[in-house]
Amino acid sequence: MCVSNEAAVREVCERFDHDRTRLLDVVREVDERLRCVDDRSMDAIARELKVPRADVEGVVSFYSFLSTKDKGEITIRVCNDVVDRMKGGDEVAAAFEQALGVPFGGGVGRGSAGAGKGGVDGGDIEGGVSLEYTSCIGMCDQAPAALVNDVVVTRLTPSAARTIVRKLKDRSGSEDLRTLLADSFGDGNNSHDLVRSMVENSIRRAGEVVLAPYESDAGLTNAFSSSPQEVIRVIKASRLRGRGGAGFPAGVKWEHTRAAAGDQKYIICNADEGEPGTFKDRVILTERAHLMFDGMTIAGYAIGATQGIVYLRAEYAYLRHFLDDVLAARRRDGRLGSGLADGFSFDIQIRMGAGAYVCGEETALIESLEGKRGQPRFKPPFPAVKGYLGKPTCVNNVETFCCVARIFEKGSAWFSSIGSAGSSGTKVLSISGDCHRPGIYEVPFGVSLRDVLALCGATDVAAVQVGGPSGRMVPPADFDRTLCYDDLATGGALIVFNQGRDLIDIASQYLGFFIHESCGYCTPCRVGNTLLKERIDRIRDGHGHPSDLDYLKELSSTITTASRCGLGWTSPNPVTSLITGFPELLEQRIPLDPSNNGTGFDLETSLRKAGQDSGLPSYEMEV
Amino acid sequence: MSSHEVTLFIDGKEIQANKDVTVLEAAEENGIYIPRLCWLKGLSPFGACRVCLVRANGRPQPACTQRVMDGMVVDNDTEELRGIRRNIIDMIFVEGNHFCMFCEKSGNCELQAMAYRHGITAPKYPFLFPQKAVDASHPDVLIDRNRCILCSRCVRASKEQDGKGVFGFTGRSIDKRLAVSSGEGLAGTTLDVDDEAVSACPVGCLMKKRVGYAIPVGERRYDQEPIGSDIESVAANKGGE
Ligand SMILES: Cc1cc2nc3c(=O)[nH]c(=O)nc-3n(C[C@H](O)[C@H](O)[C@H](O)COP(=O)(O)O)c2cc1C
Ligand code: SF4
Ligand code: SF4
Ligand code: SF4
Repeated sequence: MCVSNEAAVREVCERFDHDRTRLLDVVREVDERLRCVDDRSMDAIARELKVPRADVEGVVSFYSFLSTKDKGEITIRVCNDVVDRMKGGDEVAAAFEQALGVPFGGGVGRGSAGAGKGGVDGGDIEGGVSLEYTSCIGMCDQAPAALVNDVVVTRLTPSAARTIVRKLKDRSGSEDLRTLLADSFGDGNNSHDLVRSMVENSIRRAGEVVLAPYESDAGLTNAFSSSPQEVIRVIKASRLRGRGGAGFPAGVKWEHTRAAAGDQKYIICNADEGEPGTFKDRVILTERAHLMFDGMTIAGYAIGATQGIVYLRAEYAYLRHFLDDVLAARRRDGRLGSGLADGFSFDIQIRMGAGAYVCGEETALIESLEGKRGQPRFKPPFPAVKGYLGKPTCVNNVETFCCVARIFEKGSAWFSSIGSAGSSGTKVLSISGDCHRPGIYEVPFGVSLRDVLALCGATDVAAVQVGGPSGRMVPPADFDRTLCYDDLATGGALIVFNQGRDLIDIASQYLGFFIHESCGYCTPCRVGNTLLKERIDRIRDGHGHPSDLDYLKELSSTITTASRCGLGWTSPNPVTSLITGFPELLEQRIPLDPSNNGTGFDLETSLRKAGQDSGLPSYEMEV
Repeated sequence: MSSHEVTLFIDGKEIQANKDVTVLEAAEENGIYIPRLCWLKGLSPFGACRVCLVRANGRPQPACTQRVMDGMVVDNDTEELRGIRRNIIDMIFVEGNHFCMFCEKSGNCELQAMAYRHGITAPKYPFLFPQKAVDASHPDVLIDRNRCILCSRCVRASKEQDGKGVFGFTGRSIDKRLAVSSGEGLAGTTLDVDDEAVSACPVGCLMKKRVGYAIPVGERRYDQEPIGSDIESVAANKGGE
């Protein structure tokens, strides 16, 4: 139960040296220990860190995984991503709700209400339980999935949900949730003693760059035998571009960061992986941690940084101890620490997010690391000049760092011989949805969408969401297009939809995601996405009007043009790609009933819906 | 022209400006009004309302944060930008609960005046009718969040000018709300009625108690002349020199 505890709060603030830039870590930890950050805890934190109370509340209320209200000992977060719902997530959610007797977002229950119903035994869940929905947790290949505190549970069914609830009721006080909830652990390092997770890697195709075996630190040794300038030259020669979505040339970014003046510089690894449908970084972190850390160390050497930070999304907290352990081993082996290469010292720490997709945007990520709300910054200045704590900072994606290490193992000529002209190397794809073999595929750039669909066993395909909701919904006519920076660019997510899916509803769900995840800083994104969803829902439900298409186009253009960061620039994409790629779908759904002056407005249906919405007894028209 | 000056073009008009100023400031000094809501002289720019969006060398940027550059070509009063501004003003109206006819700020309100300047009589978007809390706990100042446009002028004024940090924001996205530095409402904070934060509010969200209706509706600031007229009259005067 959430009881404010001044001593505990003071202790946590003490541990972070009363450093206000660690505010997020402080509230995270208070939340973890007391199971919420209530009014009195916020007062105490504000006093201890000497920050305005409103700033503390601003941070706590910004991140989905933090709460100002009691959430009990156990929080079950059911993933409500499109793919999870395609795979039966709604039934799983209903089963949890019924077995626990707590509605979603409805506060803390004890779980006893489920007694007798749905085959669940009576009894209490000690300490109470709360139930929430959460955006994509990166498990689309084994959906539906949920988080029970930090523990990931996958391939859920209603009966699995009921079993989980029963286990939680039978749990004896201190029993480890990981062992309690998993009947068996997943492959590879998922069974590692420090992970012990039922998550599976689902590596279907390992390519030669990221997922090929990697044991030596050949990359690191080779890099250290060159000068930092030479290292940057090699990365530029490899034509490596960022794998996190934007595709910026890595060598150029490094060069700017190296050139920027600063007594201290930082390397940040972006492991926020929040784009729905993306789960490749999860697998890389599990199986290629050394490759990634080698890449970060090489980057540190090249730009003259002494500190590296991995910003790990809260959903992947189950990997935290494992990654810390890998770092400890590297310190022991002399691959981190001082004197790595003539006078070069480098260390890496893991820092946690707290549930916010926008924190994947590099400047929002930096704000978050500085203990603030995850709101993007003005650019310029770019992080290369003024980043974390005002110092030159280089942010790259998990996969980008892996490419770096491999380039130094095998050479830039080898790397740039793979892939297509403008896009060298491979891309690790996360494929999910309607296909026989969802999972991870590392393919050379330039492969056609059609070939990838054949690989993963997708038939009867109506559309592919390339790059997640912020990308594009691609119609079959475009399946011969290729995956690369110059054609269909993607951070790695491919979500397949078959002919039976309602693409308009999927667009609506994606808008729901952006509404949930917008930081709310600027007007067009904060308000515009809600307005887009209102109108697309109307069309979905058969109440659209032909003029709605122009309305949606104009609104989308305002959001895209006037928003402040990448989230708002891309949030209308689910709508605009429907309009451009699937116009007939929208037109079919928009009624043209002359009896209503062609407005498509049906008084009777509208009144009935209004009645339902208001919760009043059903309204019958009397004509 | 001295060495620290640059030349830029706003809607084709050539102007000179100090190289350290923003497009919004340069325009203003030359009698060109760029509509804005979250910007307030003396506070650090915030770039959040997006009403001052211009195209600087073709790229959409808020004029309040965009620095001038030599030879920069700025579009301000174009069909496209007027349309975007109207849409944004509409959005601000529908995300709140604004009933101007019952609002003490009417006539002195920057949002209302901005709507009139852009020819808006009713928003084209559906009203969202959000639930937003009123806070009347403070003896001298009332908060009516229904009218808050999240511009952060009070937040910045309290931090930068009053040295306090009375205000902030909670939540995110469409659930973002004005926050105060106390669990007990505004009364629990150190806010004083004479704080800059209170007068920084462009709308009827932060209101001083017991001073309402001193000036009758119809005789208030923007009842007399459209918002921005003071800036544009500089141009008229300059033209007459
Ligand atoms: C809303 C939003 C979310 C993002 N999420 C991620 C993410 O989860 N991981 C990532 O690497 N990049 C993400 N990015 C891109 C980053 O801003 C940045 O470009 C990237 O981390 C740079 O690394 P790279 O050049 O190696 O790709 C996101 C961008 C936006 C606008
Ligand atoms: S575009 Fe959206 S996410 Fe980005 S700053 Fe604006 S409100 Fe925040
Ligand atoms: S704050 Fe301004 S726009 Fe809102 S109701 Fe009052 S006068 Fe109207
Ligand atoms: S209270 Fe007024 S000044 Fe403060 S954010 Fe709201 S509208 Fe802006």
